[in-house]
Amino acid sequence: MSFLDTKRIIRSGFKNFTRNGVVSLASVLVTTITLCVILSIVFLQVILNFSLTQIKDKVDVTIYMTTTATEDKILAYKSSLEQLPEVASVSYESADEALAKFKDKYSSDYLTIQALDELKDNPLGAALNVKAVDPMQYESIAKFVETSMTDGDGKGLIDKVNYRQNKLVIDRLTSILDGARILGLLVTLILVVISVIITFNTIRLAIFISREEIGIMRLVGAANKQIRGPFIVQGMVCGVISAVVTMIIFYPFTLWMGNHLANFFGMNMFEYYLSNLLQLFLIVLVSGVLLGVISSLLAIRKYLKK
Amino acid sequence: MIYFNNVTKAYDEDSISLEDINLTINAGEFVSLVGHSGAGKTTMIKLILAEERPTDGTVFFESLDIHKLPSKDITKLRKRIGVVFQDFKLLPTKTAYENIAFAMEAAGKSDEEIRSDVPHVLELVDLTPKTHHFPHQMSGGERQRLAIARAIINQPEIIIADEPTGNLDPINTYEVVQILKKINDLGTTVILTTHNRGVVDSVGKRVITLEKGRIVRDDKEGKYVI
Repeated sequence: MSFLDTKRIIRSGFKNFTRNGVVSLASVLVTTITLCVILSIVFLQVILNFSLTQIKDKVDVTIYMTTTATEDKILAYKSSLEQLPEVASVSYESADEALAKFKDKYSSDYLTIQALDELKDNPLGAALNVKAVDPMQYESIAKFVETSMTDGDGKGLIDKVNYRQNKLVIDRLTSILDGARILGLLVTLILVVISVIITFNTIRLAIFISREEIGIMRLVGAANKQIRGPFIVQGMVCGVISAVVTMIIFYPFTLWMGNHLANFFGMNMFEYYLSNLLQLFLIVLVSGVLLGVISSLLAIRKYLKK
Repeated sequence: MIYFNNVTKAYDEDSISLEDINLTINAGEFVSLVGHSGAGKTTMIKLILAEERPTDGTVFFESLDIHKLPSKDITKLRKRIGVVFQDFKLLPTKTAYENIAFAMEAAGKSDEEIRSDVPHVLELVDLTPKTHHFPHQMSGGERQRLAIARAIINQPEIIIADEPTGNLDPINTYEVVQILKKINDLGTTVILTTHNRGVVDSVGKRVITLEKGRIVRDDKEGKYVI
């Protein structure tokens, strides 16, 4: 297509958009609603993912060492654990640190502290805190540790592993997380499909109104691309305006959420909105333009076939 | 320029809309096709525009057999013919200027040509004050003049006006006929279909009278006789 054709199509598309005021407004409105749904879903996913990582972070397996275990041996065992592919990280807490922590925790409990002071030796052993890459993998890590307790480098080193006590909680959490993810995906898909269909129908209606015009253009001898072009430009303009409107709507919305619900979600939505402004705008812009252009293309195809 | 050779058009066995038509229209002629509704006027025009195929016989545009042309040549043929309709068929969201400019764009004309030709043709049909008006802001007569301006802008060899005055009052009818005569004086062939006696009589040129699909009269300087 020549530069002249492109220029004419773009000019005509913009003119049609402004002249079909009410119809354009309706298209922008519906597209904006769709984009709001899409952006809400993005935010929902962000919150969900954030919560999931936070919950995942709270799950761990603690290996309590015997009081007789030397630091060298414990560190050697730690590095052997770190070599497991399932293990994300292992943190070491020495016996002294464990004691200090314990004392800090019970600082107001005079009796306990006094009882502790009666003992000459530190009754607490060191501990290794193991985090898995995936919550599902705690089972196999625990098994590894338990086998090494009876035979292997963990023999005489490990006092107990708290996995079995945590197992129930971990299992339940794992299944909740999986469920939440699947549900989120499903809801996302349904909402997106519904709003895309509504937008498509609105734009189809807008083009249906112009079907007589399309007939006249053909009669005057216009080529298909000359007829199709302005409608596609109209769809694009609609997408861009809707994207901008959507971003503007989300400013006060996330501001309110940030002020009132930051504690509930564990993250500030408004900060997320501001720091990812460009990416979020790109998401709604690309979605909006694609929605407008594809709907226009599909809708006008019918009138150009004959 | 246009030749009908033994043309018959039947939509089915019982409804024959044209029967055994033999006709020659020469370049530069002004031909009025008259007859009652259903006499076959519009069918003849559709045959010239290749919108319909004859059941029998051939229609030639100069040396081209219209109904043997491939579809891309039909588009080319239609660009050599300007058509004016009873219901105007203007683009409602475009101004008078843009309606004409669009026809030029469709024909692949440059912006310079559009800028220089459109005001001229608007002046020719006396619509300069309405240049930036939309069709809904214009009267019926003005709309038809605009439609004529659009039909002639790409300098077609023939103008076909299918009942152009059907929706107009006598004064506007008179103006439209005057414009068609002016176009014909400038050398363009004009084919006008009408059942308006006043129009035919005021033109005073060749009149072909159709009745039930047959040519019953063909007068050099005819009057409306039915």
